[in-house]
Amino acid sequence: MCKECGCSNHEELHEHKKALEVNKRVLEKNDLQAEENRRHFEEHSILAINLMSSPGAGKTSLLEKTIELLPEVRIGVIEGDLETDRDAQRIRTKGAPAYQITTGSACHLDAFMVHEGIHHLPLEKLQLVFIENVGNLVCPASYDVGAHLNVVLLSVVEGDDKPEKYPVMFRSAQLMLITKVDLLPYVEFSVDRAIASARRVNPHMDFIRLSTKTGEGLENWLDYLRLKMKVYRKSLV
Amino acid sequence: MHEFSIVQSLLELVEEQARVYKAKEVKVIQLLVGVLSGVEPHLLELAFETIKEGTVAQRAELRIEVERLKLYCRECGKESEKEELNALCPHCQSLNTEIRGGQELLLKSLELEV
Repeated sequence: MCKECGCSNHEELHEHKKALEVNKRVLEKNDLQAEENRRHFEEHSILAINLMSSPGAGKTSLLEKTIELLPEVRIGVIEGDLETDRDAQRIRTKGAPAYQITTGSACHLDAFMVHEGIHHLPLEKLQLVFIENVGNLVCPASYDVGAHLNVVLLSVVEGDDKPEKYPVMFRSAQLMLITKVDLLPYVEFSVDRAIASARRVNPHMDFIRLSTKTGEGLENWLDYLRLKMKVYRKSLV
Repeated sequence: MHEFSIVQSLLELVEEQARVYKAKEVKVIQLLVGVLSGVEPHLLELAFETIKEGTVAQRAELRIEVERLKLYCRECGKESEKEELNALCPHCQSLNTEIRGGQELLLKSLELEV
């Protein structure tokens, strides 16, 4: 009798242990949902942009300005915060539909949360959707949420060496916005150093410096959006 | 810290596999964690110890293999592995490089008790 399992019908070929090759991505389900989200957006010819930064870098202020200055583009916003729907309210005040996801203790948005947000937006009326991720330079970088572009904000009060300190985040983005540049005279922040630092982790990244307070650089940001929307729409046909 | 979410996804995958193969329990979970995956191995272990209770993997050993950063330089044509997490080629200092390893977060294999 087999000592391990007590069964009696075998002398040979009795396997208690099975070694199994799996080779699956741990976030496979999230990634599949992210693909699905992108398909939803594409069905409505919507360009989706995932905005990431540490808390307080100016994501919501940038969105308020963007909605104000791009009246010809119909914009919707999915907001991610741990608590409160204050950000979504700020966006709605500007006349754009916004859906707030409160993540509780989760430090990032995942593709499933964004999917929920997608179904609460009037997609048929929109051309551009921003996903404002939870303020955090670490966790959101690991999750594909189904956007077409990742944009990371770095404000000049944070320090110009951040890109190399958070390489995963700065690698995941196609564009870095250096925000609050109106404060440059008061801080030890070098735009050149920040760009050099970002280039070392992500050589192909684009950069725009801007201030929502003085308006500096906003036109470049709007041009960037117009260009990306044009390229995106061409890619769909 | 998002390692708890990562471990939840991992355990879902593991439980799925265990069901398919009618495993009594999972003995070993072998993971590959890239240095650029955004996941910290020791936080992953900590999260695993906390969440595994009551699952088919509650007595499993979590083995983590770290995948290093691997670069290919289009300038000098050399492939290299490096500690520093940037895209500078260590041979010629060029930034004209592509990353060929270090970004994975994979469930490689399992040892099941069937």
